[in-house]
Amino acid sequence: MNKMLLIIQREFTVRVKKKSFIILTILMPFILAALVFVPIWLATIEDDTQKTVALYDATGRYAAGFKDDHTYRFVPIADPENPAYYADSSQVEAVIAINADLARQRDGVTIFSHKEVAAGLLSYVENVLNEQVRRDKLAATGINGIEQILEDVQSEVKVNTVKRNAEGDAQSSNTDIAIAAGFIFTFMIYMFVMSYGGMVMQSVMEEKTNRIVELMVSSVKPFQLMMGKIIGISLVGFMQMLIWGIMLFAIMFVANTVFGLSADTSASTAAMSGGMGQVDMAVAAASSGGNEVYAAISGLPFLEMGLCFALYFVGGYLLYASFFAAVGASVNEQEDSSQFMMPVILIMVFGLYAAMGSVENTNGPLAFWASLFPLTSPIVMMVRIPFSVPLWEELLSLALLYATALLSIWGSARIYRVGILMYGKKPTLKEMLRWMRY
Amino acid sequence: MQDFFLSAQHIVKRYEQHTALNDVSIHVPRGKVFGLLGPNGAGKTTLIRIINRITAPDSGEVTFDGHAFTADDVMKIGYLPEERGLYKKMKVGEQAIYLAQLKGLSRQEAKRRIEYWFNKFGIMPWWNKKLEELSKGMQQKVQFIITVLHEPPLLIFDEPFSGFDPVNAEMLKREILALRDKGHTVIFSTHNMASVEEVCDEIALINHSEVVLEGKVSEVKNRFRSGLYEVVTTDGSLQAPEDAAFTIEGHLHTANLHTFTLRKAEQLSNADFFARVAALTDPRSICEKMPSMQEIFLQVVTPQNASAHHE
Repeated sequence: MNKMLLIIQREFTVRVKKKSFIILTILMPFILAALVFVPIWLATIEDDTQKTVALYDATGRYAAGFKDDHTYRFVPIADPENPAYYADSSQVEAVIAINADLARQRDGVTIFSHKEVAAGLLSYVENVLNEQVRRDKLAATGINGIEQILEDVQSEVKVNTVKRNAEGDAQSSNTDIAIAAGFIFTFMIYMFVMSYGGMVMQSVMEEKTNRIVELMVSSVKPFQLMMGKIIGISLVGFMQMLIWGIMLFAIMFVANTVFGLSADTSASTAAMSGGMGQVDMAVAAASSGGNEVYAAISGLPFLEMGLCFALYFVGGYLLYASFFAAVGASVNEQEDSSQFMMPVILIMVFGLYAAMGSVENTNGPLAFWASLFPLTSPIVMMVRIPFSVPLWEELLSLALLYATALLSIWGSARIYRVGILMYGKKPTLKEMLRWMRY
Repeated sequence: MQDFFLSAQHIVKRYEQHTALNDVSIHVPRGKVFGLLGPNGAGKTTLIRIINRITAPDSGEVTFDGHAFTADDVMKIGYLPEERGLYKKMKVGEQAIYLAQLKGLSRQEAKRRIEYWFNKFGIMPWWNKKLEELSKGMQQKVQFIITVLHEPPLLIFDEPFSGFDPVNAEMLKREILALRDKGHTVIFSTHNMASVEEVCDEIALINHSEVVLEGKVSEVKNRFRSGLYEVVTTDGSLQAPEDAAFTIEGHLHTANLHTFTLRKAEQLSNADFFARVAALTDPRSICEKMPSMQEIFLQVVTPQNASAHHE
């Protein structure tokens, strides 16, 4: 039986059988679902509790500006000094007392309350009063038809974003959703590489400090041991994501049918094909709702995104995991690993920031170079793909990534072979390079 | 010409600060137990690691089973490292099967053999326990079983008795001899000199990175014969003869017995010596005081190390 297969099998089963893995795998989708649904649910609850605000307007000019909404109801009163309003048992949230013409006397208004005034209420009151004062002041200038002029000035421009090609096929697009989709994939790659790459390092270090590896090298080649570990651990990750995807789908489906929340089922179903992506997309769908979002989601290049995601995912993981394996084999203790981890984390965080920066200008020089550079391309390219990237760039970037990944595996295997059996002293970078030639 | 299963010739291994092995050669005869002895830090473990291909020598070569050592040969070695290591969180039985499979056994065969050994060592009830739940001695047993399971022609035990109680150490000793009798070649590294006398056929003593003593245990002991004899008699009047056939080195009187320590003249044979003693007194027993391996070890290593410290 192939020995590497045996190693893969062990690395996989040992991890999948762990209690912590099972618990995390089952709980995570519920936590994610809760992150989506609890805010929506809370928002629906808030609708029911409308608070009463008493309004005393000595001038009579401003009361009309206050409109009841789902949070506050404004009730005109005659006497703001009535102590009943300020008792702790009072049903009145606050009392707005307008004592003077605010165009002349700026501090002629006060909000009284028996508790702290809500920031939302304060800013609403300020907005209403400022608007009225502005109108009053403009009217005082005596220009004819000023009201009409103001109406004209108010109009808002609405920009439609449509993606079209040379043949004239047009698609409604939504920049926010494209960004969200790209970022979800980017974060998935980032998280996966960090957590499972770290797991590879842990596991290599465990075998080294355990000295079990002295036993192993007499039966398997160090390369088989390393690759078996890298592949086995990645399978654990794939399985976890598969379970999460399926569970999230089921939870979303059940939640939609049972609670009938505003999340558009068809939209979240469409988002489903993007793995974990459904979460944020469902939020987008839930908040704006409607066909526009649905059209924008279905307008995304899902096949291209899925394919690229898989390729970048595997390439990025191989690149980093093999590096982590080499680090794990070189160090003797957990603490020593940090000096080698530091540059890796810096590069990955740089990649993440480059990805965020690339969102502003998805075809700019930063986005272009960062998505070709193999250490950052898996992270940055995924942000760009929803915005259409030329095929040659994708191919070049992938070719560079895979070439570097193979080189990294080759170099790491050589470092691993020597490092895993070296005890007692902390290796320097120079020594690690020497091991590659050994 | 003796049949050597493994020879290491002129092995040199240097580290930055010191030389671990300086022109070391050992010859391990086929089907024998070969003791690799030496004080701490002498270079034994380095030599074993070279034989296991864990590290490469700077110069020198190893011949394995009649041919130059290749990477595939490590498959024919069972190695019990001094610092034991297994997966702590893995169940014992599963772990043994996994490691046996990596050694090339089929799953069924591995399971069959492991059950045989587990029963023999009385650890079958721990099959489904994690390794970390086992006592040190039991972990050692598991490790020993894993080492011998695939029945490799060469077995290397580095300090196999550490952590064992006398009963289990005795059992392990018997198992090692049984393996030798089945034709396995064994390299056995230890500080425990008593076990060397009981188990080893040949030895090499390494001190300060060099082989300072080697050969069959019986020959080595012969070389270190002190020429001292112990004569027990009821008669306390024994005197050294005038022709100096022997001299009296000590005289111990307990109850009715007198124990004399005699030094024999070198040219005299044992038979003549015994006859001379018997003529002078009525001995209860005469026996040559053979040096123990412990004494030989100390005799060889102590002065060398003392001089090394004075340098």
